Amino acid sequence: MPEAATQFDVRAPSGHARVIDIKGDITAASEDVLMEAYGHASGDGVRAIVLNFAELDYMNSGGIGLLVTLLVRAQRQHQRVLAHGLSEHYRQIFELTRLDEAVSIHDSEVEALEAAR
Amino acid sequence: MTWAKPVSRLSVGDVPQGAINRNVEGRRVTSPIQGFGKMWQKTYRVRLPADRVSATELIAEWKQRFPEFWPDGNSFYAPLTGIEPGDVALLSMTLPGRMKLSTGVMVLYADEESFTLMTPQGHMFAGWITFSCAEDNGETVAQAQVLMRASDPIYEIGLALGGHRQEDVFWQHTLTRLAAHFGWEADAETQVVCVDRKRQWSNWRNVWQSAAIRSTLYTLAAPARLAKGVLRRGRAIA
Repeated sequence: MPEAATQFDVRAPSGHARVIDIKGDITAASEDVLMEAYGHASGDGVRAIVLNFAELDYMNSGGIGLLVTLLVRAQRQHQRVLAHGLSEHYRQIFELTRLDEAVSIHDSEVEALEAAR
Repeated sequence: MTWAKPVSRLSVGDVPQGAINRNVEGRRVTSPIQGFGKMWQKTYRVRLPADRVSATELIAEWKQRFPEFWPDGNSFYAPLTGIEPGDVALLSMTLPGRMKLSTGVMVLYADEESFTLMTPQGHMFAGWITFSCAEDNGETVAQAQVLMRASDPIYEIGLALGGHRQEDVFWQHTLTRLAAHFGWEADAETQVVCVDRKRQWSNWRNVWQSAAIRSTLYTLAAPARLAKGVLRRGRAIA
């Protein structure tokens, strides 16, 4: 199967929130790297995972499926999932797939972190 | 264009001959987030020699002849335009007990390597199914991957009482037929993962939209509709 053309970096801007910076594509092939990044991000006391899509190049329906799976894992840990940096196109995809009903979308990282408090 | 344009509610265009436009028009699409039951990821795969067909050729053929690979007794009425993002297709399915169910799907995504169908409210499942193909070590691997929850408590019970098995057989059969179309005999591999064991009880009211219940009521009311039609014709003649 194809290799993922994706990089996920984890940052800790506060004690209770982690940001996952997404660079490249999110497709079904990104599963291992995304879940590994989530594993790094999710620790004791983490109540919010903020996904930064500012450097997202491309996402297909397999990628949306991965985000749903990540959401379930986060909910199991009683964590919220938030997003920022989405282009207008991918905002519409979140609406179309109704992912926006479970992932709150923000215009900036500051706003997302504020909402995560 | 690979993704469907955002729509708040589904709209069915021309209804193909033999199709029933019921339980689709005006419905919203549903992701696993809006479903009720446990969340499942089911993956079905069939492997063909790569020299028989390339991944892009297989997907092009699969899109074009999608209904032909379905098991007998189930009908997929593709739009006249084929499988294009945003298109709505009508389905007629046979459920356990020979019950007929009318529903549909929207083409959420389509490119040269994959396409995804998303279900509307009232469908058995809330979620989507992605059909894809890739080349791997000299083989062309065709895959159908379902990510879904049962839409409501009744469908959840149905899944536990043989529905899962029926769905597995459905897609295994489809992939076997697909491989046979390219002159290759192969059984489909199946991988089932329960992504979330929790049921979303807040969504139990989805039962109100159930296409199974509505299709059954419609069938049961057939004699009454017939009698009404006869009476109306009688009055018109008088």
